[in-house]
Amino acid sequence: MKQLGRLLPLSALLLLLAGCGEVNLSALDPQGPVAEMQLSLIKLSLYIMIIVIVVVFVIFAIALIRFREKPGDTHIPKQVEGSKTLEIIWTTIPVILLLILAIPNVMDTFTLANVEADENSITVNVTAHQFWWEFEYPDHDIVAGQDMYIPTNTKILVNLEASDVMHSFWVPALAGKQDNVPGITNEMWLEASHPGVYKGKCTELCGEGHWLMDFRVISVERDVFDKWATNMIGPEQEPASQLAETGREVFQASCIGCHAVGGVGGNPASGGPDLTNFGEREVIAGFLEFNEENLEKWLRYPAETKPGNKMPPFNHLNEDDMKALIEYMKGLKVLD
Amino acid sequence: MSNSQALTKSALWDWLTTVDHKKIGIMYLVAGAFFFALGGLEAMLIRIQLMFPESNFVSAQAFNELITMHGTTMIFLAAMPLLFGLMNFIVPLQIGARDVAFPFLNSLGFWLFLSGGILLNLSWFFGGAPDAGWTAYVPLSSAEYASTGLDYYVLGLQISGAGTLIGGINFLVTIITMRAPGMTMMKMPLFTWSSFVASALILFAFPALTVGLFLLMFERLFGANYFIVEAGGNVVIWQHLFWIFGHPEVYILVLPAFGIFSEVLSTFSKKRLFGYSAMVFATLIIGFLGFMVWAHHMFTVGMGPVANAIFAVATMAIAVPTGIKIFNWLLTIWGGRIKFTTANLFALGFIPSFVLGGVTGVMLATSAANYQFHDTYFVVAHFHYVIIGGVVFGLFAGTFYWWPKIFGYMLNETLGKWFFWLFLFGFHLTFFVQHFLGLMGMPRRVASYLDGQGLNDLNFISTIGAFFMAVAFILLLVNIFVSRNDKAVADPWDGRTLEWATPTPVPEYNFAQTPVARELDALWYEKMQGNKKMPVAEPLGDIHMPNGSILPVIMSIGLFIASFGFIYHTYWISVVGLGITLGCMVVRSVKEDHGYHIPVEEIQQDKEVG
Repeated sequence: MKQLGRLLPLSALLLLLAGCGEVNLSALDPQGPVAEMQLSLIKLSLYIMIIVIVVVFVIFAIALIRFREKPGDTHIPKQVEGSKTLEIIWTTIPVILLLILAIPNVMDTFTLANVEADENSITVNVTAHQFWWEFEYPDHDIVAGQDMYIPTNTKILVNLEASDVMHSFWVPALAGKQDNVPGITNEMWLEASHPGVYKGKCTELCGEGHWLMDFRVISVERDVFDKWATNMIGPEQEPASQLAETGREVFQASCIGCHAVGGVGGNPASGGPDLTNFGEREVIAGFLEFNEENLEKWLRYPAETKPGNKMPPFNHLNEDDMKALIEYMKGLKVLD
Repeated sequence: MSNSQALTKSALWDWLTTVDHKKIGIMYLVAGAFFFALGGLEAMLIRIQLMFPESNFVSAQAFNELITMHGTTMIFLAAMPLLFGLMNFIVPLQIGARDVAFPFLNSLGFWLFLSGGILLNLSWFFGGAPDAGWTAYVPLSSAEYASTGLDYYVLGLQISGAGTLIGGINFLVTIITMRAPGMTMMKMPLFTWSSFVASALILFAFPALTVGLFLLMFERLFGANYFIVEAGGNVVIWQHLFWIFGHPEVYILVLPAFGIFSEVLSTFSKKRLFGYSAMVFATLIIGFLGFMVWAHHMFTVGMGPVANAIFAVATMAIAVPTGIKIFNWLLTIWGGRIKFTTANLFALGFIPSFVLGGVTGVMLATSAANYQFHDTYFVVAHFHYVIIGGVVFGLFAGTFYWWPKIFGYMLNETLGKWFFWLFLFGFHLTFFVQHFLGLMGMPRRVASYLDGQGLNDLNFISTIGAFFMAVAFILLLVNIFVSRNDKAVADPWDGRTLEWATPTPVPEYNFAQTPVARELDALWYEKMQGNKKMPVAEPLGDIHMPNGSILPVIMSIGLFIASFGFIYHTYWISVVGLGITLGCMVVRSVKEDHGYHIPVEEIQQDKEVG
């Protein structure tokens, strides 16, 4: 019985592996070749390990049942020194099991490190900041903040850098992580098999805002990506309404020193994310649901909303200016 | 002054100045238990914060301080001293020695550890605890990004680390030079063997930490540039130094625990350890390979596929000697007469628990897959399976096993079994689900998690498990209190090794006459030969003992004071503090101290009473 009880978690484990967690966030539900390769390696290692677990648990359970002290039993068990045969067996078999795992692992490790460009591939330089992400596309001469657009079924070569402390770039559904290390450029590649929005996270403790340092990888068809890339270069579209026009003036007075729009403004040294396509984000500041209320909260009280971030508060804006600014920011789109 | 006051004062003085390995062992155990409770409290606050999504139970800053202090406390101030406590008390008894090789250094090691531990924890009250994780990766731990908390971390660990290094050297020399006649290396009990290997690991691993901490200290206090990229520094060097220490540290903790399991399983199965020499060599190989694998903590830092592949294969190799150990333990209980005491329950519970932690270790060693596991809750689950399932289970097994010898009374078995089952259940409930949390996209060290990501249920379950563990620990404390009148006999478990040949309470000089060890499991061998007593190597005579000294306490206080000077950049205070310590070293060097002799009449008297 005890033995069955111990095996329960294992069967639960297998069920869970069949698919679990939120789609587009879970490493157990891969959406691209890199994450698929990693999941199959995880499964291989798990199956080998289950063999080990079962063998140990069975011997263990039998020993506990057969050799427990019975009432009144006072015999002295035979003092066995050991067994050469057994030692050889339980040295050799694990070595073989490990080889079965080690060989594909070494092959995969080299495959994943192969960041050679092919005719379609696109390079993205990812710079991590406390606590947001910057995506530079050197071939297209554009910079985007927070949302990393990529064409579907295309090898994306990712160069990772950091501007302050260490961070780590992880999109579980697409690829395992590599670290953003100050002073060092790390390379990796990933690919999305379908259009979709994949959640990314920082996985290296980087300060107070670490847990909110999320980003999105947005995979779109090639033609959509090309449109996106063309429009990101700027110039920005004219605001659609008088209110938005006023908002633009507020933006140019208050925000443009740190945040670029359509290639104008921003500050590479200490600025914040590019906002050219801000109106197309799913979330504000990496985590807040995109609506006017949250945007106002973020603009007025950034420190309280996302502790540790560097954006100054804009609580001094009056109601009208704030409304206009929000209207303008909602209209910052490149894919319409 | 009344008589009782005089008595308390002299008792306090006795504990402050003692160089008796048994008293030092007890002080390690008490201090370690205190820090264990503190680290456990921090763990509970962490789990309460993570019970629900987007919770505001503690702030993100406070959370980062809690995880940093939980990890640092549990490794350096709880697990290590608790093991040191058992090693201190038991190893000299197991090898038939009267004390350790350097009793004065032994005391110094303890007081350095304690002053470093207190210093580190004082950071809570002076501007906030360190908040860069127990690994303190630069640049997050550098002067630019972290406040004085990290200075407390650097100096606290430096001081307590010196204590550990001293302790390690002391055990090495003790085990090499002070074994009783007849006890060759290959007749030493496994706990002594594993303490020996762990001490050798301390000798080679701690200097790497010392160097790393010195670099960080000089950077933070005096503006050095080792890790500052703009000035040509390199941040990855810190990680290498930290893990060249940090990985062997895992084995420094778990090898003595393996030793405890070997003793307990063998005693309560009434069988000698299966494959003794294989166990010894497996221990040595694990210790050696432990130094070859540090970079598996750094697969994602950009070392390239060649280094990653090499470190992956080297890490997998450790599974082989570890597997040898597991199977030898299984074969030790196989064919035995297994008694389910609390000590043995922990040893038996260790086998499946640790196997689960071991197999996830091999999974993590798979470098290409590690890119998914790394720095997620999968890793958190893995190392808690190893540290709790291995080290903490070992500590609890050792506690229940040696408690009668150390404290002179038996812990209650009924309460003990409740404690075991609650702890085992709570432990698996807390950490098993965390494997999935990691793969479902939960990074480690997150102060909270957003709602609607599918992470809520498992986090809730995990916190419930933590409460079970907390209740279990309280039961242990209750047990320690209510059992205190249940006097223990000298050999309550029908023991096999020499510590059970001493009377309880163990006299200051351990053995009136140095015993002769004729076989492995020396005491068991004599019992099987029908001998009531161990054969002895010498006639009854005066026993030479070392004098106590207050200097270790003062030296530790000196370094403690000096640290405050460094932290607050008031260097005259540092000079005073270092002056105190150096002055004590001079006094110690020039003062003649030949110890004293316990007269043979007194020993004779003890014997008759015993």
